[in-house]
Amino acid sequence: MNVPERTLKTKGAPSLGELEAAGMLPGLEDLKARACLCIECVEEIPCNPCETSCPRGAIRVGSPITNLPALDRDKCTACGLCIPACPGIAITIKRVEGEKATIRFPWEYLPRPEAGDEVRMVDRLGRVVCPGRVTGVNEAARNDRTAVVTAEFASEHVLSVVSMQRGPR
Amino acid sequence: MADKPVVVVGAGPAGLCAAIELKKAGAPVVLLDENDKPGGQLFKQIHKFFGSREHKAGTRGFDIGTGLLDESLRLGIDVRLKTEVVGVDPGLRVWAVEDRGRSYLLEASRLVIATGATENALSFPGWTLPGVMTAGCAQTLVNVYRVLPGKRVLIIGSGNVGVIVGYQLMQAGAEVVGVVEAAPTLGGYGVHTAKLARAGVPFHVRTTVARAEGGESLERATIVGLDDSFKPLPGTERTLEVDTICLAVGLTPSVELPSLAGCATTYVPELGGRMPLHDEYMRSSVEEVYVVGDTAGVEEASTAMEEGRLAGIHAAWSLGYLDDAAMEAGAAETRRRLDALRQGVFGKKRFDAKSRVLEESHNR
Amino acid sequence: MLKTSNRVADHAVLGAAPEAADVEIFLDGQPITAKEGEPVMSALVAAGVTVFRHTAKGSPRRMFCGIGRCTDCVMKVDGVPGVRTCVTRVAPGMRVERQDGKGNWSEGAEDGR
Repeated sequence: MNVPERTLKTKGAPSLGELEAAGMLPGLEDLKARACLCIECVEEIPCNPCETSCPRGAIRVGSPITNLPALDRDKCTACGLCIPACPGIAITIKRVEGEKATIRFPWEYLPRPEAGDEVRMVDRLGRVVCPGRVTGVNEAARNDRTAVVTAEFASEHVLSVVSMQRGPR
Repeated sequence: MADKPVVVVGAGPAGLCAAIELKKAGAPVVLLDENDKPGGQLFKQIHKFFGSREHKAGTRGFDIGTGLLDESLRLGIDVRLKTEVVGVDPGLRVWAVEDRGRSYLLEASRLVIATGATENALSFPGWTLPGVMTAGCAQTLVNVYRVLPGKRVLIIGSGNVGVIVGYQLMQAGAEVVGVVEAAPTLGGYGVHTAKLARAGVPFHVRTTVARAEGGESLERATIVGLDDSFKPLPGTERTLEVDTICLAVGLTPSVELPSLAGCATTYVPELGGRMPLHDEYMRSSVEEVYVVGDTAGVEEASTAMEEGRLAGIHAAWSLGYLDDAAMEAGAAETRRRLDALRQGVFGKKRFDAKSRVLEESHNR
Repeated sequence: MLKTSNRVADHAVLGAAPEAADVEIFLDGQPITAKEGEPVMSALVAAGVTVFRHTAKGSPRRMFCGIGRCTDCVMKVDGVPGVRTCVTRVAPGMRVERQDGKGNWSEGAEDGR
């Protein structure tokens, strides 16, 4: 069996293999079937706002609060309330529809993107993967100043894309 | 005797929580702080805190600070700002200097020391150049005073402080050109490092800063790879154009006041080095003196708040303001919340270190 | 000419910078626009000042800890040398000077801060 390349503690972000090994990533078939939560939280840190923010009880941390979050995909409606609730800025929601993928991701930089913006989607190490287009920005008060951005891009990159490139202020 | 107040020194998260618990129990309390605003370092924490709901997880640090200040105002706590404590004698008389002009003695029934910690320096050629500063200094500038210390920043140290400050410097508009870490693996929470990584910030493990150079201020930094015994590897030097270097290489408990008060100390590397011994109620080796927060071993604001509450509850009981049952219940509940924060790959080390401190305290 | 481009006017989390009245202070005789309530340190950093003082050996210094612990940022303020500019708030007309070494007291200056 292949041991996945581990990059979290050397390059700062987990490799796809590390995330898969932790059971944190949805498969391509899941992503084609419905919008899927991606929780990229693979270390035991004392934290559970993902669990308490979920109105459906789909995310379980339990006790001790250093447990890794466990997602029940059948209960998750991809409402996205957990995205701004996560202090680690570590949750996204992705979906594949044909050639097009969509991602909802947390964003705490200026300038705030706006619907229609042409942007560059990046992977976990900040490398530009493909162009993207912002289709929505949620800045509800309950997000507590963490915007949730929705963007579209080519579906072949759905597993590697996690965010977009930060523009000049 | 009842008229003597409990004196709490330091109005950061630990001191504020200690004073709040004391006041809630009905004990007279005076809270002193050298700064002209309370809150300690809480107001420069603009990220959402970890923990669970009872630790205010998901709430940003400065909002937690505002909540504590509101509560202290509502309770009518006697907060004396611009007041430095410069001494304490065996009779528990606290020597305070107000506004650098008026000096007076406060007779305390109990003393709670919550004076925090000091950021460590790192000595390398050029480290005194303008532009080299602690990570906390840069964080104070951008988040409290809203001023950028520089445009291109190199972070030394990949613990949570370094990576959180790196993220916040980017939020304020700076570029972080890299994070260097002498150890073979990064120190901070993966979710924190991942925020920098996806913004394109390179991490360099087994690397340190060799020198900083510039005329009258910092213009460039040279970093160098390290071998297994932390010796520089020839031929691995790389020069980066930077105007700011942030040092995030740990903190050391501020033990001046506990030492003056006669508290026994011990050396615990995991908690920042030399620190006062304390028992499970945060009582030092001097029965009437409590130590809480980073002074009692460097951890986090969330643990500091719980330690403050623990000391406040116990000090109030020791003066007769709480009965045994209320004290034991309050202490147990606070300790449960503390323990919850000291688990997992990061917390366990601190839990074990704190356990050693308690053991040493009991064996004295 | 001192530029004033280092202020973070808007911020994703902190929002727009709070309104603060301008306060004029002087650095070695040159006017600098500070914000009411801020320390001398941040006013100087905002104005792009990179050197706060020189040591007795002529080595430049600015700031290091920013919270009153280390004394790296000391300057001569209203005639008094060795004042920690990170914990000293600006006041209208305040005279701030770069000091060499330990600096010197101006005649009649009082350490009232």
